[in-house]
Amino acid sequence: MNERNKILIVDDEPNIVMTLEYAFKKQDFEVFIARDGSEALEILKEKTPNIILLDVMMPKVDGYKTLELIKQNEELKETKVVFLTAKSKTKDVEKGMSLGADKYLTKPFSIKKVVNEIKELIES
Amino acid sequence: MSNWSLFLIILSYLGLLFYIALWAERNKKSKWVNNSYIYVLSLAVYCSAWTYYGSIGIAADTGINFLTIYLGPVIAAPLWIVLLRKVIRISAQHKISSLADFISLRYGKNRFLGALVTIICVIGILPYLSLQLKAVSETFEIMTQKSEYVSTSIFDDSTFYIALILAIFAAFFGTQATDASEKRRGIIMSVAFESLIKLVFFLTIGIYVTFYLFDGTTDIVNQFSSRPNFDSLVTLGGLEEGFTWFFTIILSFIAIFLLPRQFQVSVLENHRKKHIKTAIWMFPLYLLLFNIFVIFIAWAGKLKLGDGVNSEYFTLFLPLNEGNVFLAILVFLGGLSAVISMVIVSSLALSIMVSNNLIIPYGFLSNFIKNKSEQNVKNIKNIRRVAIFLIIIVSYAFYYGFSVELSLYSIGLISFVVISQLAPSFFIGLFWNRGASKGAIIGIIGGFLVTFYTLLLPFTIEALTGDRSFVENGLFSIETLRPHALFGLNFLSPPAHAFFWSISVNIFLYIYFSLNTKGNYRERNYAEMFVDSENYDSLQDGAFVWKGEAYVKDIKEMLAKFLGESQAQKSLKTFFTKYDQPADTELADAKLIHFSEQVLTGTIGSASAKILISSVVKEEEVSLTEVLKVLQESKEAIAESKVLKEKSQELQGLTFQLKDANQELIEKDRQKDEFLDTVAHELKTPLTGIRASTELLLEDAEMPNEIREQFLSNMLQDSERLSRLINNILDFEKLANNKRELNMQQHDLSKTISKTITSLETAAAKRKVSLVQKNVHGIQLYYDEDRMIQVFTNLISNAVKFCEPEVGIVTVDYKLGNESIDISVTDNGKGVLKEDQGLIFEKFYQSKNQNTIKPQGTGLGLSISKQIIEKHNGKIWLDKKYNRGARFNIKIPTV
Repeated sequence: MNERNKILIVDDEPNIVMTLEYAFKKQDFEVFIARDGSEALEILKEKTPNIILLDVMMPKVDGYKTLELIKQNEELKETKVVFLTAKSKTKDVEKGMSLGADKYLTKPFSIKKVVNEIKELIES
Repeated sequence: MSNWSLFLIILSYLGLLFYIALWAERNKKSKWVNNSYIYVLSLAVYCSAWTYYGSIGIAADTGINFLTIYLGPVIAAPLWIVLLRKVIRISAQHKISSLADFISLRYGKNRFLGALVTIICVIGILPYLSLQLKAVSETFEIMTQKSEYVSTSIFDDSTFYIALILAIFAAFFGTQATDASEKRRGIIMSVAFESLIKLVFFLTIGIYVTFYLFDGTTDIVNQFSSRPNFDSLVTLGGLEEGFTWFFTIILSFIAIFLLPRQFQVSVLENHRKKHIKTAIWMFPLYLLLFNIFVIFIAWAGKLKLGDGVNSEYFTLFLPLNEGNVFLAILVFLGGLSAVISMVIVSSLALSIMVSNNLIIPYGFLSNFIKNKSEQNVKNIKNIRRVAIFLIIIVSYAFYYGFSVELSLYSIGLISFVVISQLAPSFFIGLFWNRGASKGAIIGIIGGFLVTFYTLLLPFTIEALTGDRSFVENGLFSIETLRPHALFGLNFLSPPAHAFFWSISVNIFLYIYFSLNTKGNYRERNYAEMFVDSENYDSLQDGAFVWKGEAYVKDIKEMLAKFLGESQAQKSLKTFFTKYDQPADTELADAKLIHFSEQVLTGTIGSASAKILISSVVKEEEVSLTEVLKVLQESKEAIAESKVLKEKSQELQGLTFQLKDANQELIEKDRQKDEFLDTVAHELKTPLTGIRASTELLLEDAEMPNEIREQFLSNMLQDSERLSRLINNILDFEKLANNKRELNMQQHDLSKTISKTITSLETAAAKRKVSLVQKNVHGIQLYYDEDRMIQVFTNLISNAVKFCEPEVGIVTVDYKLGNESIDISVTDNGKGVLKEDQGLIFEKFYQSKNQNTIKPQGTGLGLSISKQIIEKHNGKIWLDKKYNRGARFNIKIPTV
């Protein structure tokens, strides 16, 4: 794989975003950041990341809604979507997966584990 | 006016009536046909030619006595709501089609009783009918001014043809359906129309006479009062005449219920019980209007025409005397209307009785059993048609043969007395369940014999022979047997006298024989159903007691003979569906027997129906105790089901309460869940930041220094956020559960506010927002200072958060009112979004419209503030009208 992996991090908590950004840049990812669903959709008009990390509870457009809108975009059908959220109840996980997410990871997370899961997903 | 032109007018009027009746039959559903006014006007069939012409004769000769005939109905009207309602309910339930049917059914479908009632009605009504025809004939003669001309042959007499047309009319519209309990809208509509016509024309002539011929009522009274016998005409002649009044009023009271034509219109043709409500006030009003001018016309006639002319026809003579033929024609048509409606309804009612209670049960039943259904239907209709013709023809013959000088008034009263013989078995039977058929039969016969001796016989003898010796000396010249003064009772008028004796004898015999007979079970069964009709209404066919063996097949065959195959099939199907029985049931039960009798009752009368059905079933005698037991059980079942109903309603109420409570619990549960969810999320978020940063710091030794510092400061920030959150939650929980006691002390509000502002100044300066305390006057108040500082801190830091840097200003102000202090915290930021306004005081609600990327609060600030203010008995709210930013108001009572 010659091209650099691209990741879009969608989360409204700057402190969390900061750690993820640092960790993925370290793995030579190209990182884009959005503070909510609508910003993410703006970015996705121009960029086509391999992977999207999506929080659920965000102002304006939440994670579930964002995923629904992503799924409507034909150009993004190769893009994998991973939820990364504090919502950890079974019914939340089920909802996320049923909307078509590729993985559901919960907060608080081990950053090493998140990075490994994402890499695995890209290689699969 | 010539014979022919008048006859032509009559014919066109009859044509109009035909048209109205036909229209109503074709538009049965129209609201013009189905309303309470039509019902009330149809009741006015009570006002016959007797009212129209006869009253004036009485008023002219004997004064105000004519009023008694109207006072009875006026007294009866308020009682209709109870009495008439009951009769109508029973009649509808049992498909009753005549008065005779009603009485015979009450006494166990007694065939003889039905026939007896029919005969009494015929005897009572025939002369009355003939008098109506007499009125037509006499007024016709007056109109054509040929009073000297006496017709010599029937076919020469216009009255004969009019009678014939009326018979055709009644036969045509009266026998549209074989089921006599079906409503006859056409006839009723035409009767209502005639009632209107006769009232309007009578009022017209009244106004004409009083205000055109004379100068108003006072003028007539003044002129007339100079006559010698004036006083006796306007007063009651002492106590003795008072008794006559009393008995005559009772007589007319009975008549309004029991005259066959009244029973027909008020009970059988009633299709909505609520119409009675209108009738209660409107019918007396109608009678009042009809009687307003009677006395004035009578006196005016006496003044203008003297004693030489028949005072009954003053209404015709007066306008004719003035040469006003047009008005006379109107009056004539009004009188004709009164006659037509009376003759048609009476002959119809009588014909149903004659066919269903006399001819069919006593002669035709065996034929019917053999015949096919079409033949039977045709036969039944033909019997009724022939009966109508016979009744009218016989009345005509009676009038023609008995060309006696009888007044309308006296014959009318004789009629009333005869009919009143039905009163004991009718009225007492409605309320006394012991009333027996034997008592009813003997009572009616006894009463009638007394009437015959005291009223009919002397009347006939005097009319035929002119001999008054029977009246003056009594039978065999025994003085105590004088017919108008039996046993020395000599102060009553003949009708009142006859009524008194006959009704006394009748009631006595009725009660005596009722008490002394056991009666058969059927009789007792129906007695219970009539007397307690309200209760058995809900039981319906279940209240009928019967024991025996019968096959559905036989009953169906019998029904088919009268209803036709398909109708019989339909009726049975309805029955089986209603009682949830299989359609191929073989053995009939009591309910089916009762049901089939009911179905046939409308067509052939109750007595015949019973006979017919019993011809195909093997009935066993049921003992009286068994009947009473079954009825008692049914009553108890009703009572029990009432209790059960109440209980189940109670239970339902409880269920609803439980549901509500449950709903509340679920809602509380949901809120708790949501609270925990949010708390968990709020705790996890800073924790995530701390965990991830720590991990990176630990693992990545090559991390540049500035990033390391950034992560460390982030961790510090997150930890602060965590502890703030935990404190807030604890605060909130304490406040919400009333665990925190307020530390109420006297403080200076101005100082508390400035303290708060000072503590927030650094943070505000960071965002370049200025804080202003507008009012600095010291005010001493009692409050918990720490908590109040918490509130101000929340409000001010919120305000700072939503302000633009450089221009942002947050102002705190307060004003002392009468009994409270008003504090406001205002900013010039973007204000609170409409969609947020209702939610901001909810716990964990965070506006989605904040300047910072992530809200720096916990979402509990305003919620906690609200709790604190409410603990101070105050109120906090967002000023929704303020539009240059956001303004929060606080009001705290100072007393």
